[in-house]
Amino acid sequence: MNDMYRENILDLYKSPLNKGKLENSTHEFSKNNPLCGDEIAIQLFVKNNIIDDVKFQGNGCAISMAAASMITEKIKNMNLNEVKSLNKDDILEMIKIPLSPVRLKCALLSLDVVKGALENESKSI
Amino acid sequence: MQDKKKDFPIFKYNNNLVYLDSAATSQRPQSVIDALKNFYERDNANIHRGIYTLSERATEKYNQARKKVAEFINANENEIILTKNTTESLNLLSYTLHGILPKNKTEIVLTEMEHHSNLVPWQQFAKRNNLKLKFIPITDNYELDYSHAEKIINEKTAFVSMTHVSNVFGTINDIEKIISLSHKKNALVIIDAAQSITHIPIDVKKLDADFLAFSSHKMFGPTGVGILYGKKNLLDKLPPFLFGGGMIENVSYDFSTFIQSPEKFEAGTQNYGEVIALTAAVEYIQNKSLHVISAHEKELLSYAIENLKKIKGIKIYNPGINKSISVLSFTINGGHPHDIAAILNEENIAIRAGHHCCMPLMKKLKIPGTCRVSLSIFNTKEDIDRLITSITKVKTTLQLQ
Ligand SMILES: Cc1ncc(COP(=O)(O)O)c(C=O)c1O
Repeated sequence: MNDMYRENILDLYKSPLNKGKLENSTHEFSKNNPLCGDEIAIQLFVKNNIIDDVKFQGNGCAISMAAASMITEKIKNMNLNEVKSLNKDDILEMIKIPLSPVRLKCALLSLDVVKGALENESKSI
Repeated sequence: MQDKKKDFPIFKYNNNLVYLDSAATSQRPQSVIDALKNFYERDNANIHRGIYTLSERATEKYNQARKKVAEFINANENEIILTKNTTESLNLLSYTLHGILPKNKTEIVLTEMEHHSNLVPWQQFAKRNNLKLKFIPITDNYELDYSHAEKIINEKTAFVSMTHVSNVFGTINDIEKIISLSHKKNALVIIDAAQSITHIPIDVKKLDADFLAFSSHKMFGPTGVGILYGKKNLLDKLPPFLFGGGMIENVSYDFSTFIQSPEKFEAGTQNYGEVIALTAAVEYIQNKSLHVISAHEKELLSYAIENLKKIKGIKIYNPGINKSISVLSFTINGGHPHDIAAILNEENIAIRAGHHCCMPLMKKLKIPGTCRVSLSIFNTKEDIDRLITSITKVKTTLQLQ
């Protein structure tokens, strides 16, 4: 069995979680991976410093789509400080597959977008 | 054609490698690697500087390399500027060309299939000089729409800058036609030959191109060397691009004068060792003959297209074997190009996946990217067979129909 393309990764690629668009979001951001051109957009609905809801859109490789599903799932109901402290290792732990530096970027894109969304609002206040 | 892999040490050190990414960069033959090593071991000294024998020898070899490149495209040696890569060659023009354009010219014509290197510099140029960009569109068959070209190349056109061969589809563009069309309208033509230089014989005199750019690293030569050909009378009119040592005639504290082209454009210590080894790359191509190389690649491309076509869910982006050379793109229904390339990599097959520095083109095709296969002299039918077999494995791994 292929290491990178485990069943759970492929399942999330084919049926992603939290894919769609959140109307009435409090934060949003999008970013692309200049290497491949894949783009991910994320909207958050934040209430009382907690992520109440989150949705993402985008087309990308299996790794980036699976990571986007996992991270959006993980941050639901998390408080913002916790979200801000998430890092590369947290993502790797979630995704549980060995990744080359190039593919790591695919996996980390959605985390970057979430962090960008949080910064985005604080800037606009 | 006998097995040319023997000429390329990379295959000695990477067992079973199927290299299908020569459009990104060539592999290097032993003769080029030796030339580089020999130069640094035996002849190294800075060029144009020393009065001593070693420096004179290095300078002589550098000049011979320029001569070799000139001969390769039928230019005069003083029409060959050595830069860092195609990108720098085009940037050199984008920073110097404005001075020689007639004031009544307000538009630049590019094509929709340009590499970012031949697009982004002109966007900046257009902004700085208040010109408008126009694009020759592509047809459904991944070719240029020449009837549209005839409309947008007109009296307002300052210059046309276009690629000879598409790095995404392999399409060979009819540059002769565009050059003659443009010259009738008194517009200059810049040709990006990065993808054609190892596949199609180029004679700049016959072509009548005003400028032509390519990279050493895509023609079996070392990295760090680019070429810009320009007609002598035009190069003479252009101002220098980079200023400093090696390009001056006379310097006082507040005023300098400059030498003639091509040295006028070669400020600072050049990549002279790599330039010198480029001679061996040109010789490699000449010994094998471009006609033989391209006939071999054509046979393989045709074999690849024929066999890829049989795979269910595959879409090929290529205008057909008689209109293209050595490159094709494909996508597989339901598979992202990155995943496809990653799984092929596990089979030791190197292909390129992504937007190939053509983001607007991908947007136009409404795809995130493609998988690209590109061929060279050392590729074999077995390489293509391995690709085809492995694509079946890709489909299984990704659970595609
Ligand atoms: C058509 C085309 N133009 C320009 C370039 C840029 O070449 P370089 O990166 O050597 O400057 C490339 C390289 O990929 C290319 O394919």
